[in-house]
Amino acid sequence: MSVTIRIPTQLRTLTAGSGEVTAEGSTVGAVLKALDSAHPGIGERLFDESGKLRRFVNVFVADEDVRFMNGLDTEVVDGQTVSIIPAVAGG
Amino acid sequence: MPSPNSPARPSHPAGGPYVEGLRCRECGRAYPAEALHVCEFCFGPLEVAYDYDAIAAVVTRESIAAGPPTIWRYAPLLPARSEGAVDLGAGWTPLVRADRLAAELGLGELWVKNDTMNPTGSFKDRVTSVALTKARELGFKVAACASTGNLANSVAAHAARAGMRSYVFIPHDLEQQKIVTTAVYGGNLIAIEGNYDDVNRLCAELASEQPTWAFVNVNVRTYYAEGSKTLAFEVAEQLGWRAPDHVVVPIASGSQLCKIHKGFKELHQVGLLDSEPSVRVSGAQALGCSPVATAFAEGHDFVRPVRPHTIAKSLAIGNPADGPYALDVVRTTGGSIGAVTDEEIVAGIRLLARTEGIFAETAGGVTIATLVKLAREGVVRPDERVVAYITGNGLKTLDAVAPECGPTATIKPTLEAFSAAVDIEDPQL
Repeated sequence: MSVTIRIPTQLRTLTAGSGEVTAEGSTVGAVLKALDSAHPGIGERLFDESGKLRRFVNVFVADEDVRFMNGLDTEVVDGQTVSIIPAVAGG
Repeated sequence: MPSPNSPARPSHPAGGPYVEGLRCRECGRAYPAEALHVCEFCFGPLEVAYDYDAIAAVVTRESIAAGPPTIWRYAPLLPARSEGAVDLGAGWTPLVRADRLAAELGLGELWVKNDTMNPTGSFKDRVTSVALTKARELGFKVAACASTGNLANSVAAHAARAGMRSYVFIPHDLEQQKIVTTAVYGGNLIAIEGNYDDVNRLCAELASEQPTWAFVNVNVRTYYAEGSKTLAFEVAEQLGWRAPDHVVVPIASGSQLCKIHKGFKELHQVGLLDSEPSVRVSGAQALGCSPVATAFAEGHDFVRPVRPHTIAKSLAIGNPADGPYALDVVRTTGGSIGAVTDEEIVAGIRLLARTEGIFAETAGGVTIATLVKLAREGVVRPDERVVAYITGNGLKTLDAVAPECGPTATIKPTLEAFSAAVDIEDPQL
């Protein structure tokens, strides 16, 4: 599965300034792991020591928060968009 | 180091006079005072770091009293320069002694901070004034925000005042009153087919794509949030430089509650309060959107997002950014968090209106209904000096009370008709 990952400003130093990259994987966790392989350093920004998403990182698949689905086990299909978005906003 | 008496501090040209920079609340990394709101390393929120010693050296109760009757009287404790502020006169709203409401609830010294009296009718004018003042200082020419309504009003109005273009994003099903009272200022008003959390997500993404726009509650949120500290500063000053024992504050993102707590602490840090305040902070949510109240009740230190269903649309944030911090404040100060039904919210609006002559929007109904609940449970006590924060005007959410509020009688213009329709001996009328 090839999906598009939208990269927030805070991580673009690790993607050579790119706001959108593609990665392979059948789940959100696998896609983000592939992202880290392609752009080393992103993983430690997104995950804590125990491998869980940091509490101030939100990940959306097709505009739906993965916390409302199966978290990192949420399945993705070819052509979908995964968005990484800082949680601290709004209010 | 410049002299602490120097009002302008050239060593921090990009910040307010006493801003040292920004610091990540989670990992402590330091950042310059620019349009940054989250840490690049852990995504934690950034906080403004001040030189409190320098502030303490220049600020006195007298210097504040000599300032304007707005939030800008506390300029040394704000992260932007007051000269040329984007200012419609936010702040310095009445603190009203609420004896009739207190009597109904069996409480003693009860006060209502009537923030319905702000220029656009809500506390959002405080945060917007700070945010857009800072945004202009940083060179931004476009103002933007994600809003549940009150912020929409405020950003549209302040942007108009400042001559800035504006893009205001709201959920499409907002109250008609809040749509009209935003659109009238002439900026761009974009209604999103989704709830507030959808709007917020879009704006968080747009902020990355439009770095020349100042999204007040995204990329300049660090400064914006500081404006809510003035809700604590004013209450302390209006009480004769004393802190209350207990405050009841509505929770949407949780930012306001945290900043009120921070505000009381800062007053002591800079010598404006004689003793260290110990203010119990309690939160108020609508049952139809109560992720923070639920986490509090269940003993969690994280907040599980929910999908909101409540008439209190201004509090309908299912994924509150400052939820974990609000939980921490409430727990460490010995407060509580109540959640109330839509029926209780309407009853709360009517109770405040009937006893104190203040018409609050639904968020105020949430606060009063929660106060009722916490007083009944003995959490808010009669021996405490209590302040309830009423943060928005009832004219913005007429639909919530319209079904229950109409004429006592509709009659022909004759004495007979009046006598027939109204029993003036009835003490209930």
